[in-house]
Amino acid sequence: MKARERVAGNVAGYIDDRTGAAKWAKKNLTKVFPDHWSFMLGEIALYSFIILLLSGTFLTFWYNPSQNEVVYNGSYVPLQNLAMSESYASTLRISFDIRGGLLMRQIHHWAALIFMAAIVVHLLRVFFTGAFRKPREANWLIGIGLLTLGIVEGFLGYSLPDDLLSGTGIRIAEAIIQAIPVVGSYLAFFAFGGAFPGHSFIPRIYTVHVLLIPGIFLALITVHLMLVWYQKHTQYPGPGRTEKNVVGYPLMPVYMAKAGGFFFIVFGITAFLGATASINPIWLYGPYTPGQISAGSQPDWYMGWLDGLVRMFPPLETHAFGHTISWNILTPGVIIPGILFTGMALYPFIESWIMNDKAEHHLLDRPRNAPNRTALGAMSLSFMLVALLNGGNDIIATHFHLTINGIMWFTRIGLIVVPPIVFIITKRLCLSLQRADRDVVLHGVETGRLVMMPSGEFVEVHAPISEAKKFVLTQHAQPAALTVPASDLNGTDAPGGIKAKLRARLSKAHAEQVPAPTATEAKALDHH
Amino acid sequence: MTNSVERFVDPGLPEHVHRKADFDERAAKRAERQVAILFLLSAASTVLTIYSYVGISPKKEVFLPLLGTQQVNNLGIGVGLALSLFFIGLGAIHWAKTLMDDTEVIAERHEFRSSDEDRKEFVETIKERAGTAQLGRRSLIKRSLGAALGLIGLSPLVLLRDLGPLPKKELETTNWAKDTYLVSDPQGRRIKASDLEVGAVAQVLPELPEGTERSLENIGKDAVLLIRIRPEEFNLDAERLSWTHEGIIAFSKICSHMGCAVALYEQQTKHLLCPCHQSTFDVTRAAKVIFGPAARPLPQLAIGVDAEGYLIAKQGFTEPVGPSFWERNSA
Amino acid sequence: MKRLSHMRRHKFAAPALIAAALITVGSAFSMASALPTVQHQQTSSGSTIVDEGKQIFLKGCSSCHGLNAEGSGIAPSLIGVGAAAVDFQVGTGRMPMADMSQQAMRKRPIYDAQQTAALAAYVASLAPGPKVVDPTSINWERDGNVADGGTLFRTNCAMCHNFAAQGGALTNGKYAPTLMGVEPKYIYEAMITGPQSMPKFSDTTLTPKDKADIIAWIQAADKEPATGGASLGRVGPVTEGLLVWTLGLGILIGVAVWLAMKAR
Repeated sequence: MKARERVAGNVAGYIDDRTGAAKWAKKNLTKVFPDHWSFMLGEIALYSFIILLLSGTFLTFWYNPSQNEVVYNGSYVPLQNLAMSESYASTLRISFDIRGGLLMRQIHHWAALIFMAAIVVHLLRVFFTGAFRKPREANWLIGIGLLTLGIVEGFLGYSLPDDLLSGTGIRIAEAIIQAIPVVGSYLAFFAFGGAFPGHSFIPRIYTVHVLLIPGIFLALITVHLMLVWYQKHTQYPGPGRTEKNVVGYPLMPVYMAKAGGFFFIVFGITAFLGATASINPIWLYGPYTPGQISAGSQPDWYMGWLDGLVRMFPPLETHAFGHTISWNILTPGVIIPGILFTGMALYPFIESWIMNDKAEHHLLDRPRNAPNRTALGAMSLSFMLVALLNGGNDIIATHFHLTINGIMWFTRIGLIVVPPIVFIITKRLCLSLQRADRDVVLHGVETGRLVMMPSGEFVEVHAPISEAKKFVLTQHAQPAALTVPASDLNGTDAPGGIKAKLRARLSKAHAEQVPAPTATEAKALDHH
Repeated sequence: MTNSVERFVDPGLPEHVHRKADFDERAAKRAERQVAILFLLSAASTVLTIYSYVGISPKKEVFLPLLGTQQVNNLGIGVGLALSLFFIGLGAIHWAKTLMDDTEVIAERHEFRSSDEDRKEFVETIKERAGTAQLGRRSLIKRSLGAALGLIGLSPLVLLRDLGPLPKKELETTNWAKDTYLVSDPQGRRIKASDLEVGAVAQVLPELPEGTERSLENIGKDAVLLIRIRPEEFNLDAERLSWTHEGIIAFSKICSHMGCAVALYEQQTKHLLCPCHQSTFDVTRAAKVIFGPAARPLPQLAIGVDAEGYLIAKQGFTEPVGPSFWERNSA
Repeated sequence: MKRLSHMRRHKFAAPALIAAALITVGSAFSMASALPTVQHQQTSSGSTIVDEGKQIFLKGCSSCHGLNAEGSGIAPSLIGVGAAAVDFQVGTGRMPMADMSQQAMRKRPIYDAQQTAALAAYVASLAPGPKVVDPTSINWERDGNVADGGTLFRTNCAMCHNFAAQGGALTNGKYAPTLMGVEPKYIYEAMITGPQSMPKFSDTTLTPKDKADIIAWIQAADKEPATGGASLGRVGPVTEGLLVWTLGLGILIGVAVWLAMKAR
């Protein structure tokens, strides 16, 4: 026995003596993970979170969350001798007087943008492949929670430097709080410790940003990962892959090396962005004062859709009985996002109810094989994109020589018109793709080779596809729609009433499919 | 025709294809060398990071195409750090892909559902255990516990009360009052009507009593924009017209929508635009909203001049400035 | 590039550049058929610079601004705008306008310095207005305080021209242009004359010292190094978000695809 092996044995023994973990560890070190690039998207988010913790800790060593006024005397000349808050001054210090400080600030901010982008693409992957279905509904909910918290955490983070841009963002947040009926002005005064901007808000959100939300993040991410571990990862359909197994590589060593290596890659790319691309150049924005503003004031991208909605909403306010309700703030700022996120959270339950689907699903759907879901996802995405577009309408206007009024009207109409069109197109596209799959399975692929028949007619040769491919294209279940409960002869509604009818109608839409070809059909064709 | 439809059968996991490095020792050696080179590149990059930190002055700048004038210190530390991380990642993944066993493994999955028997027993256990607590029978305990737990949630709410004062009238008042001088922001100089030509603007604040420090909270409510146009261009009712002075009109700069500074004045169209959400106000019609999400005009400040011709407020704002709130009487 | 910036700082650089610009402009000018081919030397002795300006005005400007500069439905009256307005509009190439677009753009000037001066003299003769600013009188390098200028800029200018003077959108397709590379003289003239959408900032509300501060800040912003990496246009978070979704996520997903690919 080599010395190294003996040491490893001793360590393993030491741990097992105290925890009895040998059996568990033995099993889990060879735990199988399926390999696919789209399964790495969540990992990008996870690794960005770790990068955020590391770089954020670094920043806290110098950042001073105080709105007390100081006079700047650091090394950035264009701001010298100006009065500003300590938080702004300390952020300038990190940027100009701490070696590597600017790098860390930029890594932190880029990592935040990547974190949110990765969460979104991960969510899209999970949605479009149906990975949220039973038994993974809880993980879907945790994911929605993480996304929501991420938006809040990001907003609080870029509000901390107290520069002109972030101060403007806080001003808008204050207006949203203030617009809440009945208690709004009270909540605003509580949150800000008095009138806006006050001296309390930044110290308070600092604690929330570095302690409370990261703590919740850590807890939710832990549960998220434990559930993935315990429930085992989903996999794409393929030969040898069933609802009853997982095909992939063992944790040790392959997956450890790949996942571990990928962490370094994500960190490396984030650091590269931090080194070579400027982000949130707060020294250019200047210190915050409510009397100043910059053209093109924007939130970070994950808030852009919200800002776009607020921009495009019509000027509606209710003035009655000495009170004011700002629909122009509440609807786009609170009600629509609330509906969107609630709908997103409930979707797994809605789909399972519509199809009366109580089965466990471990094989993923190819998006085309769930046309209704895919269309719904594309529709929601297009809604968000139209809103996001309007969030940047001023920058788009100046860079593409358009008018902000034009973009505003385009997105106002587009927000209503584009999503339904996208739904219809996507659904048709999915059905066409299913039809194409069907053709390929039954008739093979076009080879581009022409053959002259004895009759003189030219025919393109079709080559049959492999058995594996045939299986992949036909393995999906095609559940039938729920039937409409028949109504009585005298015309009264069947039991269940409107709810049952709605369910049946949704079910019918959801079950719309091009029938997958079967071996029986293929045989019948061969006989001809 | 038969009733049973045959589906295509699962041909099973395809046969494993070996990589070159699995059977060719030279290919394996080459892969090993590649991995080692990647790791060594990482080490070299760390040296670059340390050298940049220690050896390059933060003042040193270099011009690079695409990037512009760069601080060498920051760039060196960053690129070094990025490459040292990136190469470790590349090396590890390359190692995993070329040299670690890449045979796909099948793990069985088991349905999560327990046996009916276990589930039944589980429910029974809950019932039985809960029964021993006698919660069902002792309704007094149940109700009093419910009341206690319900009320205890109020404590944190009460404890948070001291986060801030009550708004009282603070959202509705500003530092503008009768005879307050208009002074320029940020210079603090009084302004004469004659200082403004037609087409001119000035950012102004109320002059505060001697020795008063101007806080950001003040600016957040007091900021005013002065605009001068030709008096005949106004389209105002008599009262609002009397609030102007020789074509000079004053509006609160705090947007009636969400409180951004509305200061983007187009002197040809006489429109004011808020850069946050693009609400557009028509100066000639008392800042009537002509585009965008704002629902109310910007509050107008009545102005006049003192004996020496300096601009003063004739009265405070007659309505609260800034975004709406529940208690605001906007009728 | 280092060498280029050295060359830019060379003491003969400015005169050489001006000479080169004049030659270019002059030759372009002589080819423009719409403009008088008769050179100024030939204007009869005794005719003043105002007459010369009037001639240029009648040829190049009167079709829009009217024969007596009284304005028309498509162009404003020039009576009382002053020489400074002409110097700014013509000197930065905004006038004459190339087409009837929403807003006159900065472009290569069509008239040379002498012709511009003549035009300015003619317009100034119609009614009093702000005079052409003598570049040497601004003295922003000596008098301007960059930090104070920044505060003034953020209060008075940033709402249209953006926090880093990169320009921004106005209503209906109009825009506030970028201030990068604009001569201090023209910045000053723009402030006192209020060209197009821009309001006026008279010397009484923004004193010459304030203006020197603002110009000093803009000049510093023009030379601002790209601290922390590529500046991404200095337009705020939009380009940052764009970079994350294209390059950032693009590379990451690219690596993920490579990672999951089976090696051969």
